[in-house]
Amino acid sequence: MSAITFDHVSKQFGDFTALNDISFRVEEGDFFALLGPNGAGKTTLISILAGLSKASQGHTRVMGYDVSSDYRQARRAVGIVPQELVFDPFFTVRETLRFQSGYFGLKNNGAWIDDILENLGLTSKADANMRTLSGGMKRRVMVAQALVHKPPVIVLDEPTAGVDVELRQTLWAFIRSLNQAGHTIVLTTHYLEEAQTLCNRIAMLKQGRLLALENKEQIMSRGAARTALIKLTTGQWPAALQSLLLRERDNGFEIKLADCNALEHILMTLRQAGLTLKDIEIAQADLEDIFVQMMSA
Amino acid sequence: MTGFYTLFYKEILRFWKVGFQTVAAPILTALMYLLVFSQVLADRVQPLAGVSYTAFLIPGLMMMSMLQNAFANTSSSIIQSKVTGSMVFVLLPPLSHFEFFSAYTLAAIVRGLVVGLGVSLTALIFDMPSLKYPLWILIFALLGCGIMAVLGMIAGIWAEKFDQLAAFQNFLIMPLTFLSGVFYSIHSLPPFWQQVSHFNPVFYMIDGFRYGFFGQSDVNPWLSLSVVGFSLLILAAMAFSLIKSGYKIRR
Repeated sequence: MSAITFDHVSKQFGDFTALNDISFRVEEGDFFALLGPNGAGKTTLISILAGLSKASQGHTRVMGYDVSSDYRQARRAVGIVPQELVFDPFFTVRETLRFQSGYFGLKNNGAWIDDILENLGLTSKADANMRTLSGGMKRRVMVAQALVHKPPVIVLDEPTAGVDVELRQTLWAFIRSLNQAGHTIVLTTHYLEEAQTLCNRIAMLKQGRLLALENKEQIMSRGAARTALIKLTTGQWPAALQSLLLRERDNGFEIKLADCNALEHILMTLRQAGLTLKDIEIAQADLEDIFVQMMSA
Repeated sequence: MTGFYTLFYKEILRFWKVGFQTVAAPILTALMYLLVFSQVLADRVQPLAGVSYTAFLIPGLMMMSMLQNAFANTSSSIIQSKVTGSMVFVLLPPLSHFEFFSAYTLAAIVRGLVVGLGVSLTALIFDMPSLKYPLWILIFALLGCGIMAVLGMIAGIWAEKFDQLAAFQNFLIMPLTFLSGVFYSIHSLPPFWQQVSHFNPVFYMIDGFRYGFFGQSDVNPWLSLSVVGFSLLILAAMAFSLIKSGYKIRR
């Protein structure tokens, strides 16, 4: 069984099509990134998953439960951290988490609440009113609220937007440990290096359409090939290798590198031309390059 | 049940934490009305035989305060959480439509009753109305608060900004409560306005409620009970279907 199934999901707001026939699955245990520029439809898709929004067409299931016909089971199976920073100003952090547990039908959830507070660095703020917390602290409480019922599927919509490095690290360490404990994680983020480091599968959305859905390795290999910056002690770039040359920079020659085996041939040609190597730097394409390349295609 | 109970408790705590505004202030307002009106009118008006004007006024003011506060509780809680976005925290959990509906409604009824009780206790300084039929008093208090709680829920769901809610409150709820016989018996009105009053459901809430105190009323209490009960059913069905459809809450 897949953790999440989107089956031909579309969403129209009047004439505007926010999502156009989206179908894909997130498997149990995945650490899944949902990427795309602003307005791509990521949050709309998550809202449909959460039951905050209704799809115009198609079906969405969480752990096998349909989000509209089986809404109570589906909502029990998922914990969502919404993108917008929202809070109820009447209550303290602990009250907020107790209420959230209660809404999910859980009594006596104190031990797990203490665990979450500890893991998110909130213990010292447990009895502080939500109003008095900084933005980053409020964000932590929102993450905690999504976790009170130990959902098998956890969805984080831009959880690290505008939060400091410390929280990012604490948060990812905690989320990673939850993933290792078997929870399925879906995240949207604008920090592509986060997606690159954390996730095993990546989907890219653009203007409401699914552009790509692949394992991270596949998506990384589909991007621009590696490049190498070769610096020589003296002399010019040999004519035999002219076709590889991208540009000259930093007193060196930047070349395309299809794969590491190609390097052998290049070095041999340089040797034969009587040139001596001073330095070589190999740069791998990162997710950001691939992202930009795909979105502008 | 835990989901319902938690939301109910949260709604109670929400108004209790700002009790000065939600409980003490309306009690004070009712007392001001009582003070001024009973001073000015006590010697001139006697709407019911054998009942002083001040005693007559107390149940009216109680009911008016209860109704306004029951309405205010659901409507302000819902609009506030909609505008700030924190409603998401009750929309994400697996609360059933009925749990959602009943938790908000019952918490608003509790606020209405607390305010009503507060008004009645402080009104003892002035006069003590008799308590002829306590069961009628309780039934009309519950039903009246229930109607306004549900109406507040509908208004809160419908309104997109505070301004729209204020319009609902000032142009519908206020006239309906003021022109319902809080301060007078409708028999003192000209025939045309007496007729008009019969189309105001709030009139029946107050008239029935007052019957519980004095055993006298403008219309038969059973008629009042039917009108009030029927109104509650209609409004509850409307509110429930709004919640079920996700109108303006789940887009």
